[in-house]
Amino acid sequence: MSLDNILNHWSDYRKGAEEGGHHDYEHRWAMAINLDLCIGCNACSTACYAENNLAVVGKERFEKGQAMHWMRIERYWDQQELEHPEQGASFLPMMCQQCGAATCEPVCPVAATYHTPDGLNAQVYNRCIGSRYCSNNCPFRVRYFNFYSYYESSWPEPMEQQLNPDISVRDKGVMEKCTFCMQRIRSVKDKAFMEDRPVQDGEMVPACAQSCPTSAIVFGDTMDESSMVSKLWKKHQVERGVYQKTKLAKKDADLRGYRIFEELNVDPSVMYLERVREDI
Amino acid sequence: MTMVTEKDINEQIAWAKINTDVLKSMENPRPAYWVTLAVCIAMVSTAVVAEYIQYTVGMGTANLNNPHMWDMYIAAFVFWIGMSHSGTLLSAILHLIHADWRKPIYRFAEAMTTFSLLTAGIFPMIHLGRVWNLYWVLPYVSDRGIWPNFRSPLVWDAFAITTYLTASMLFLFVGMIPDLAICRDNTTGWRKKLYGILALGWVGSDRQWRHFRKIYLLMACFLIPLAVSVHSIVSADFAMSIMPGWHITSFPPYFVAGALYSGCAAIITLFILLRYFFRFEDYMTLPIMEKTAKLTFAIAMVWTYLNLIEFASVWYGHDVYNKELLIAKATGAYAWIFWTMLFCGSVLPFALAFRKLRRHMPTMFVVSLFLNLGMFFERWMIVAPTLSMSQEPHQWDIMYGSIVEWAIVFGSFGWFGMLFLIFVKVFPSVSMYEVKEMVFHRKRSAGEEDLVRMTDHAKPVTQTTGGGSA
Repeated sequence: MSLDNILNHWSDYRKGAEEGGHHDYEHRWAMAINLDLCIGCNACSTACYAENNLAVVGKERFEKGQAMHWMRIERYWDQQELEHPEQGASFLPMMCQQCGAATCEPVCPVAATYHTPDGLNAQVYNRCIGSRYCSNNCPFRVRYFNFYSYYESSWPEPMEQQLNPDISVRDKGVMEKCTFCMQRIRSVKDKAFMEDRPVQDGEMVPACAQSCPTSAIVFGDTMDESSMVSKLWKKHQVERGVYQKTKLAKKDADLRGYRIFEELNVDPSVMYLERVREDI
Repeated sequence: MTMVTEKDINEQIAWAKINTDVLKSMENPRPAYWVTLAVCIAMVSTAVVAEYIQYTVGMGTANLNNPHMWDMYIAAFVFWIGMSHSGTLLSAILHLIHADWRKPIYRFAEAMTTFSLLTAGIFPMIHLGRVWNLYWVLPYVSDRGIWPNFRSPLVWDAFAITTYLTASMLFLFVGMIPDLAICRDNTTGWRKKLYGILALGWVGSDRQWRHFRKIYLLMACFLIPLAVSVHSIVSADFAMSIMPGWHITSFPPYFVAGALYSGCAAIITLFILLRYFFRFEDYMTLPIMEKTAKLTFAIAMVWTYLNLIEFASVWYGHDVYNKELLIAKATGAYAWIFWTMLFCGSVLPFALAFRKLRRHMPTMFVVSLFLNLGMFFERWMIVAPTLSMSQEPHQWDIMYGSIVEWAIVFGSFGWFGMLFLIFVKVFPSVSMYEVKEMVFHRKRSAGEEDLVRMTDHAKPVTQTTGGGSA
């Protein structure tokens, strides 16, 4: 690997063995979230709680900032001069961006977070020792730490019966975050393997995308050229591992795609489509 | 004004008096000693209770939350690591540059190094979510072939701190061997047994002195780059991240300067306490205090300069995250801590520029405590504001630690005090043989030629001189 590669195409470093990287990617799971369609209903967040056994921490701890919502809806008020009912809000669904050059990965002292061949940042709960460095180095702040043991308080009997058996319940002292519904990816891949065929586009749907009433979230594999998400990325000229020009630089109002904190060059896997408004 | 060169030690002081004075300091603790020790133990006990609560209930009891994943524990960790640096400065760097005024005060400074490292080493454990898996950070041989992540600054930390702790403990011990022999020869009972083992059969022969000189010099040379690297690596915890306010190129020298600074301030504090409680006026003299204060002042100015270049490079760098963070530090919720830190760290040390104040012990005592308060706030201002205001505006938050967190942080001061108090009663806190050496050298340079032939430098100095110069 040349110095040029490190300096200019850092995320290419992870592209594949033939290009001098570490991985032969099987998939590059990615998302496209259309903010024009997002109505801020929090259905995705709720679905995530149900799917991934997220602990319900209670009002007090939520206010303290100790919540465990892997998928959160960020709300930004628009017109500062107006009061609440007239004031408009922008919503931004925020979850782990599964960065191609993730900043959380190199800082973990025990390598509990690492890059999978699916292009995801896996968090190995059993390996985590809770140094919380990954969260500190995540510009999106989407890593959640188990500050308490929630098993009894979050799922009192008989609530534990509704826990998803495909995914573990984390105990205190462990970091966790959005996995792009790793357990669903696993079962879809297993099914495709048993049927001796590639994974089809639309076969794998994470809980948030599944529950979105306006279908704002499109999920898919960017290595599959024909997938919906690939087409969206292509249409809006967002490419992996390439520093994106801002929309202003592109001077094309139709190109609404952007990735958050593009300037940090962390190569996120989530592309957002900007909300179009007439008043701004 | 006439400049009178003041002697930093009375060269007429008898060697036997040095022995008795230092040995006397190790026995018959005064009531004040027991009271201080009891206070320290009470602080440690409180911290143990707090840690028990945190361990059983969870890290959330420290009020940590999503943006504030690190807080006071890491600030205290950096503070204590920093404190450990001046012992090495006094014992190793000043040893190499032949600044022999360090001799009466380096022993306790070095003990301070060791004990503050022992204090610092506790914080990563307190702060870990699953402390029982701490050893995973070390590259132990595992049959599953799992290694730590060598790219992580926390792993470098583990290496750096364990190495530095081992080296500084050995350095403290090796430098103490001739004194331990004196203790062995002057005590009875369990003390005689203990010092007998620790003195390693020291009889003060010429051969032993030669070996001793060599190993002491070698260890000093080894320890200096180690000390610089340790705090540089600690700064890498922050500088290697991409967070605004942390990702700063000047952090390694800034941390090392801050470390020497708080260490020197702590030396002044302990200097005054030992001088007062142990009646060490003959050894911890005012001229030595003056030199220490001047050194502290110089380091304070280096620290101020590094602060200024950090602010300037952030300001003119026009990185929006960094700049907004700097403005928020100066005007936001943490502003009072930020300005207290700058006042204590950069304005207050100007008190050390005045001779009158340098020689006024109560003033120096208060000033040194405030310098260290400033340095503690500095570490806090490194950790907390960045987390409270990182790139993601949705997660901005101001947080002050809970009572559990503060109890543990205060307890660490008790822990350090407890270790130090035990040390001064078990081991000589002034290096007897080096003070004798100092007295000897002063006598020689004053022209009392009966001790040694001044012209004959080639010949090794005889054993009776207490070692002489290597």
